[in-house]
Amino acid sequence: MTALTPDPPGGVTLAELSRRDGRTATDAVMHRSLGAAAGLSILISLLIIGVLLGDALSFASKTTLRELGANSWSPARGNYGVMSPLLGTLWVTLVATAIAGPIGLGAAIYLSEYASGRVRKVVKPVIEVLASIPSVVVGYFAFRFIAPEITQRIFSGSPTANLLVAGLGVGLLTIPLMTSVSEDALRAVPSSLREASYGIGAKKITTVVRIVVPAAVSGLVAGVILTISRAIGETMVVLLAGGLRPSVPGSPLDSGLTITSAMTSVVGGGSDSVQGGKGYESIFFLGLLLFLITLALNLFANRFVRRVRQTY
Amino acid sequence: MTAIPAQITADVVAAKLKGERADIAGVAFRFLLFACLGIVLAALIALIATVSGEGIPYLFGERGLADFLNRPGFSEPEFAGVYQALVGTVSMAVIIAVVAFPLGVAAALYLEEYASDTFITRTVSVIIRNLAGVPAVVYGLLGAGIFVNSRLGGATGGETLLSAGLTLAVLVLPIVVITSAEALRAVPASLREGGFGAGATRWEVVRTLVLPNAFPGILTGTILSLARALGEAAPLILLGAKTSFGGGDWGDIRGNFTALPNLINGWAKLPESQGWEPNKQAAILVTLVVILGINAVGIILRNRFEKKSR
Repeated sequence: MTALTPDPPGGVTLAELSRRDGRTATDAVMHRSLGAAAGLSILISLLIIGVLLGDALSFASKTTLRELGANSWSPARGNYGVMSPLLGTLWVTLVATAIAGPIGLGAAIYLSEYASGRVRKVVKPVIEVLASIPSVVVGYFAFRFIAPEITQRIFSGSPTANLLVAGLGVGLLTIPLMTSVSEDALRAVPSSLREASYGIGAKKITTVVRIVVPAAVSGLVAGVILTISRAIGETMVVLLAGGLRPSVPGSPLDSGLTITSAMTSVVGGGSDSVQGGKGYESIFFLGLLLFLITLALNLFANRFVRRVRQTY
Repeated sequence: MTAIPAQITADVVAAKLKGERADIAGVAFRFLLFACLGIVLAALIALIATVSGEGIPYLFGERGLADFLNRPGFSEPEFAGVYQALVGTVSMAVIIAVVAFPLGVAAALYLEEYASDTFITRTVSVIIRNLAGVPAVVYGLLGAGIFVNSRLGGATGGETLLSAGLTLAVLVLPIVVITSAEALRAVPASLREGGFGAGATRWEVVRTLVLPNAFPGILTGTILSLARALGEAAPLILLGAKTSFGGGDWGDIRGNFTALPNLINGWAKLPESQGWEPNKQAAILVTLVVILGINAVGIILRNRFEKKSR
């Protein structure tokens, strides 16, 4: 071992390796500026919370619990009954999840377990097209087609624009999300599980229903939660097809508000619009509510997604 | 649609002929699953049919595409067109591309290539992932708070096209970071190690080896996120998007604005009796062509990239 010379001829010295020159200086500059970009992204996220909190707290300090318990939400008239947008959101989300959950799951199971390569090639782009249609277009469709052709034929006594129509529209909009998350979860199930099932003589349906779906259940739950979160945050469909009635809805067949449509319906210069002051701050209060609800749901869904990754 | 029941019948007959018991439950299940896809397809067809009914004859007949694209949003349906909305949407696309793409890719580069895996980096990643799930309308409040009502309002001019574009840029930023980070992670580590072994600095490795290899993935992700942002109407409502206003020409970024989804929203609220139906549908068709066009570019690029990498 002592044969090693301390300074091999033509070799690289430690001093040469750790030298500072233009190249390392460029590297250091890039390091710092890229770090600044990442920092700016974080700053923006803190700003969201700051902006929401400031005005929302200002609103909360001027509002009594009695006011929040009123039975209608119309800031232009000084009514801040928060149950109206909350219940409206609940109905729309329930209807949307009842539509997007089963249909999205069914489509995902078909695509992952049954469809041939050729069918997938045709169907996947169709679902991608649906996913990329702007929500305002789906809102128009809900009002122009779903309302007269579907809901009015079944529930003819209800107003044309109501929470059920909005929920159906939101459901249609969220099907692609449910499908893609569920399909990822189903495809993550190792094929050895399916093969073992076939090996002991199980039929295809038994394999899918008893083996594949239970194995993917964490991912499927994550899909449902993300669908719920997306439905709660959807604005344009509810704005165009939900009817915007400020009082607390008694059933999904009533017109109503959701958190999002209540936020957007009071700006834009109509008779219901608010100019600054407490009415304007109420939008931020609803925004904070929406932010916290969706954040909690997304964190919850992430835990399930992580569980899928850990298992396989 | 008819192909599948026929296939199912064939399966049942084949099973009978082979002396097996027909798997009624399995067949029914399969049909049920296929029906789910059928519903999606039917809804999409109904949607396209609904917005084409009056829109296509209007665009290519009585009104003419060029006239509709070149007229601003007047208060009479015979003259109102999508010119200002088209200008707004394209200008916002440029602002997003200039602001969000470099910033997002830089943040992703830092998180994936430079930062060591500490508690802080992991927290930052979690925050960015959750920001991507915040409803778009909340970003409208953020934009109103930062670009309109704060001191920055002097620079942006308040409720202007610039504020709207910057707000959408903030909205897509987390998505750009996430998709870029994914593309960077897909670059094999051996490539980086080879670069370091040859004596390159980290930036040289990133610039010459990592970025060129991750570029197709980054490009696809950013294009798809752009399409998503341009379809949003809700945040822009909170920033004061107008329906009928003067101005709104190219380069008029510190004036009143609208965008294609907001014009649809503004027109959709008008009563059906006033004859706006063809305008609404024509505007929807123009919007779909723009948004689906951007998406198609992204998807085609992705498919080409996937084929190459295999």
